[in-house]
Amino acid sequence: MSYSPEHVAFREEVREWIQAAMPEHLRAKAEVDAAFAHADVMEWHRILAAKGWAAPHWPVEHGGTGWDTTRRFIFNEELELAGAPPLSPFGLNMVGPLLIQFANDWQKQRFLPKILAGEEVWCQGYSEPNAGSDLASLQLRADTAADGGFVLNGQKTWTTYAQYAHWIFLLARTDPNVKKQQGISFLLCDMRTPGVTVKPFLTTGGTPAFCETWFENVSVPRENLVGELNQGWTYAKALLGHERTLVSGVGISARTLLRTKRIARDKLVDGRPLLEDPTFRAKIARVEIELEALRMVVYRTVAAAQLGHAPGAESSILKLRGTEIQQACFDLAMEVMGHDSLSWFNRDGVVSAREQSVASSFNYIRAATIYAGSNEIQKNIIAKYILGLPG
Amino acid sequence: MDFELSADEKLLVETVQSFTKKDSPVERFRRLRGTELGWERATWKQMGELGWLGVSFPESAGGAGLGFVAAGLVLEQLGATLVPEPFLSSVVLAGTPLAAAGTPEQHERFLAPLIAGDTALALAHVEAQSRHDSASVSTRATRAGAAWRLTGRKRWVLDGHGADHLLVSARTGGSERERDGVSLFVVDAAQPGVRLERVDCMDGHKAALVELDGVEVDATRLVGPEGGGAAILDLALDHAAAGACAEGAGLLARALDMTREYLMQRKQFGAAIGSFQALQHRAVDMFVEVELCKSAALLAMIKVSDPSGAERMRAVSAAKAQLARGGAFVVRQATQLHGGIGVTDEHDIGLYFKRHQVLAALFGDFEHHVARYASLPSFDAHV
Repeated sequence: MSYSPEHVAFREEVREWIQAAMPEHLRAKAEVDAAFAHADVMEWHRILAAKGWAAPHWPVEHGGTGWDTTRRFIFNEELELAGAPPLSPFGLNMVGPLLIQFANDWQKQRFLPKILAGEEVWCQGYSEPNAGSDLASLQLRADTAADGGFVLNGQKTWTTYAQYAHWIFLLARTDPNVKKQQGISFLLCDMRTPGVTVKPFLTTGGTPAFCETWFENVSVPRENLVGELNQGWTYAKALLGHERTLVSGVGISARTLLRTKRIARDKLVDGRPLLEDPTFRAKIARVEIELEALRMVVYRTVAAAQLGHAPGAESSILKLRGTEIQQACFDLAMEVMGHDSLSWFNRDGVVSAREQSVASSFNYIRAATIYAGSNEIQKNIIAKYILGLPG
Repeated sequence: MDFELSADEKLLVETVQSFTKKDSPVERFRRLRGTELGWERATWKQMGELGWLGVSFPESAGGAGLGFVAAGLVLEQLGATLVPEPFLSSVVLAGTPLAAAGTPEQHERFLAPLIAGDTALALAHVEAQSRHDSASVSTRATRAGAAWRLTGRKRWVLDGHGADHLLVSARTGGSERERDGVSLFVVDAAQPGVRLERVDCMDGHKAALVELDGVEVDATRLVGPEGGGAAILDLALDHAAAGACAEGAGLLARALDMTREYLMQRKQFGAAIGSFQALQHRAVDMFVEVELCKSAALLAMIKVSDPSGAERMRAVSAAKAQLARGGAFVVRQATQLHGGIGVTDEHDIGLYFKRHQVLAALFGDFEHHVARYASLPSFDAHV
């Protein structure tokens, strides 16, 4: 918990590098917490990749950095503090670790380098119109073709950023005649294959994020089957473990609190900055304290993982409480803005640049307690598997 | 960064665990709460012999030098079965300032017998007007030749009724709420002019009202610099707050366990009530708060020894606020899910509820720590 001189020097190195490496137009956005476009995110991804820092958590042989836990925290803290664009998680944090764990050598060599380099963008094909919380009831069919490959027919939904994706990793039904969890396979599909159609939804945040994706006689070669046929559910469950620390969104929340304080500094109430008001400070402090406790849970989870231990029971709360805190942070930001919180994508100057995207995020962040296994599903899982309560 | 316990720490936890299981289950606390002392000197001695009482004090002060985390681990285990011996009040709250600011001679005279389990120590710092302000001291210490003469009234001296020595805050200069001018003195509980009245606390523990009427102590009883006691008291209170968080973490985890067991065993409508989703989700909400309390407590236990006062206060205030707010949710829901039996004195869950309430109120309550957290420089960092 205390930093050695090497760690202090490492922090300095990271900070200086970020300052030098972040292009001016990204820095300008970061300074006012403006929303990053997809192109911004990928540009930053490629800059990190060129430095070898795109996936510090991957094994060294696949392009990870080999840093200890402390260095990884320092790195994340510095990125967060600089307001750097958060990288897309689908490749680096979701399918990447899954491939490292379950894929064959050909698949690893084909896909991992391009994920790392930011050359291929991924999206996730899990949910379907009739398979949300009850994911295992999914119906996207993958029939075996004459050449041993698959033919996909059906629909996925909530395929976030599918409009930018080159590849989708998905769960498909390969055997309809067995228990629903046992007939599912994990497939990788090129989004540019004929028969794939993507239609983005406009979210309540006023921007497109998640999509509907249709598959009509889409061919997927056999070599894109990950692991064994009909074992996809097992792999997907393992992936959920990777997702946990990620979806706590501690970085997003910390950044949002800082942004809220900056807005509060610039808002005058009775001629004084709102940030000086003790009642308001206490209000922010309550959320920040919870976030600090949650950050410590993240530390413990990652430290245990680094030592090769299975995630402890504490890691199961990360998604649940982390997403509630993310929402609480945006609630505070909206409250600080007062009347300016009404503003919806107006020209610059109607509200300050820092405030421009708050209302959009405030709306979109409602998704956080729904995606990656709704919080109610999280509670069912904890009740059953951790508290051991009867089903 | 790693949160693995060392071999020494693991052994310590196991030893305390086996003690609480075999020698001090909740029934023992239940039995002792009705007695004059509320705890047992023989057990205290046993704890001393096992090395628990000096576990966190530096070797220079006669301790084992394992750091505060070790004391926290002991407290977490003691909290699980509500062990009544005055570890938090005597070792942490009163022992910390003595270890930190005492002379080698004072360590020898007052800390060594405490570490051995031969004596108990209590901190007398609360006054009617002081609330959470360590500098709000009206008890006076005036010079009488080479000696000091103490006069004033102290309240809620935790476990003061069984203490052999009292560490008393008294004003040697300055006005009533000034930080400068607060000094600390060791007073013998039995010496002339000290009047102790035992009072009961809500949680079954005891405290003392202390009246000092011209109590005379010589210069060797002054702990730390004359007039510089407020900072030492703050250090002691932060250690005690971190200790309360550790004890609270153990207590809350056990309260959750008891609730979980009850949900599985109690049947209504032909099923274990733990099979009802509404109650399952409530139990999960409790679990979340318990985990946050544990993590925040661990951070406070680590950071309380940080040389930077701001780092220490930040972690301690966060943990104490979490204990108060999150912990309150846990014990309230624990009572609720037990139903009517949870509001009877017969059932143990009420004892956990009460102890939590006391820990939440001591050493700075929720509002105090939230306000302090928000006043630290870190709150405005990078804004």
